[in-house]
Amino acid sequence: MLKRLIYSREGVLSIIVLAMFFGVGVISPDFISLSNSASIFNDTSILIMLALGQMLVILTRCIDLSVAANVAFTGMFVAMVNQYFPELPMALLIFLSLFIGALLGAINGLFVWLLKVPSIVITLGTMSIYRGATFLLSDGAWVNSHQMSESFIGLPRYEILSMPVLGWMAIAAIILFFWAMKFSVWGRNFYSAGGNPMAAFYSGVNVGKVQFYAFLVSGTLSGLCGYLWVSRFAVAYVDVANGFELQVIAACVIGGVSIVGGLGSVVGCVIGALFIGVVNNALPIIGVSPFWQMAISGLVIIIAVIANATSDKDKARIILRNPNANDEIRAN
Amino acid sequence: MDTTIKKSATPDSMFTSKLQGLLRWESFLVLIVFLVCVMNSYLSPYFLDPWNLSDATFNFTEKALIALPMAMLIIAKEIDISVAAIISLSSTLMGLVAQMGAPVYVVAFVGVFVGAGCGLVNGVLVTRFNIPSIVVTIGTMSLFRGISYILLGDQVIREYPDGFEFFGQGYVYWVFSFELVLFAFFALVFYWLLHRTTFGRYTYAIGNNPTASYYSGIKVNKHRLILFTLVGIMSGVAAVLLTSRLGSTRPSIAMGWELSIITMVVLGGVSILGGSGTIAGVVLAVILMGLVTFGMGLLNIPGIVMTIIVGVMLITVVSLPVLIAMYKTSLKRKEAKAL
Repeated sequence: MLKRLIYSREGVLSIIVLAMFFGVGVISPDFISLSNSASIFNDTSILIMLALGQMLVILTRCIDLSVAANVAFTGMFVAMVNQYFPELPMALLIFLSLFIGALLGAINGLFVWLLKVPSIVITLGTMSIYRGATFLLSDGAWVNSHQMSESFIGLPRYEILSMPVLGWMAIAAIILFFWAMKFSVWGRNFYSAGGNPMAAFYSGVNVGKVQFYAFLVSGTLSGLCGYLWVSRFAVAYVDVANGFELQVIAACVIGGVSIVGGLGSVVGCVIGALFIGVVNNALPIIGVSPFWQMAISGLVIIIAVIANATSDKDKARIILRNPNANDEIRAN
Repeated sequence: MDTTIKKSATPDSMFTSKLQGLLRWESFLVLIVFLVCVMNSYLSPYFLDPWNLSDATFNFTEKALIALPMAMLIIAKEIDISVAAIISLSSTLMGLVAQMGAPVYVVAFVGVFVGAGCGLVNGVLVTRFNIPSIVVTIGTMSLFRGISYILLGDQVIREYPDGFEFFGQGYVYWVFSFELVLFAFFALVFYWLLHRTTFGRYTYAIGNNPTASYYSGIKVNKHRLILFTLVGIMSGVAAVLLTSRLGSTRPSIAMGWELSIITMVVLGGVSILGGSGTIAGVVLAVILMGLVTFGMGLLNIPGIVMTIIVGVMLITVVSLPVLIAMYKTSLKRKEAKAL
């Protein structure tokens, strides 16, 4: 049991992350203090939540490139609502961010479900559209911290048991996803729809609808993260989270979510996101210029996918080693 | 009755009749390009000035150079989203070589060579380890641009040898810039390569059915490797032009270009699922995007609004044929019921 745990992909990955974490701790003991660990987790919370949503999408053989643009649009929208109607309660604003995010996600999902158009093209398009719409909405202006109400900025920072609400939200998302993806039919359907769409179809799973749900969830989480992002950095502008979608996908890929669908776990996904979080936080401490960050995460992605492709423990991965099977899967 | 829908459903245009040829996606693009021209010249009196039009070509020639091999790559069912990062790395290394005092042709050679190297890296990773190209190039995208950041940080390199500016700013004859002539040349080369050689036919074959191609004796992986390298080389060429035009290098150069390049290719009627598409379509899409950008620039519409329009165009282009097909099948069903 223990052996299996250690040799599993998640096991190897968590050992690497922990080794990195404590390795940096040797150089600078403050790094592994409880409060700093909490702050690293808090820093990574948004990435974790977005990666969980993206995981659902990738599981169903799609990809959502519009998450970062969704974050920017929803963030700008709630920030402006807060700017002009500061007396509105926070619960309403959070509901609004979830709703708008879900709406933007549903647009992606409907195209994929009803028209069967490749998701990469649709989300490539909506990515530009949402980002452009953010500009139209704000007219290029920024919403700065002094234009936001106190509770708007304060909510994600409010500490419960010395962990900010932002971190608790990520923990709640992880638990919810872990339960749903393991024990609910709704969650298992993502695996079956992506693992073998034909078999799923004959077993009565509406593959298109499952894909729609994946985009809906990814959009809803992006909406929530839109509010969280804007509130955390206390500023909303058009270029918020520009290019962040690639980090989100990277977190999934590092965490072992297979881009050809049907394979991936919540735990892996979270560790993948934490990996990026730890690297980002560790570099300045060990005195490496932050300019190294991008190359390191690129290298890690490549190593992770090579490890994925050459590991022969998992049957599903063995199928992928056949050059032609690989393409057949992608062709479907 | 065979309109564009049938076109996108059938693999490619080997056996289309003359009439069908007129109803192709490319003809539709020609029509739109024409309409945009008419509209632009109506909206702005400056549009039809040859020098203005010539200036407008600088908006897209560099991206278009990459769109040509990218079209072939997508036809072969692969994709490369690291192209902008290749430009960044190639431009950075050119800058460093130029700083050391290398002459013009060495600088340009380094640019193209680095591009080829990056493309080869992508190709080897995809073919050797059988990793989907989208994942590989997401990784190399961070890696290549990351190396530029390591080398340059937040610095800018501006020292280039005399004569280097010709690539991006020079004119060959009258209003025809070097960039435009080079693009025309490469458009012909890639037209020949895709539509007139076995290499091109193999590209379609691999895109339509890699397994069947493999068993028919096509060296699928070698073919893919060549295509990735071609994309790399053209990214290197684009890097030379862009660096020369801007006269400076920084790691954030060409940020986000991969998306507009892929948009050009898809807008040109290349199926993202592989197996179909033409160079003519891509060239027309490139011209269309250039003209629309230019026209909106003349009307003082901000560039980001342009991205909305490009996004809407992209989605319309892929959804419209599906919608028309759906409408047709529903009509047929009604007819069947009436009978």
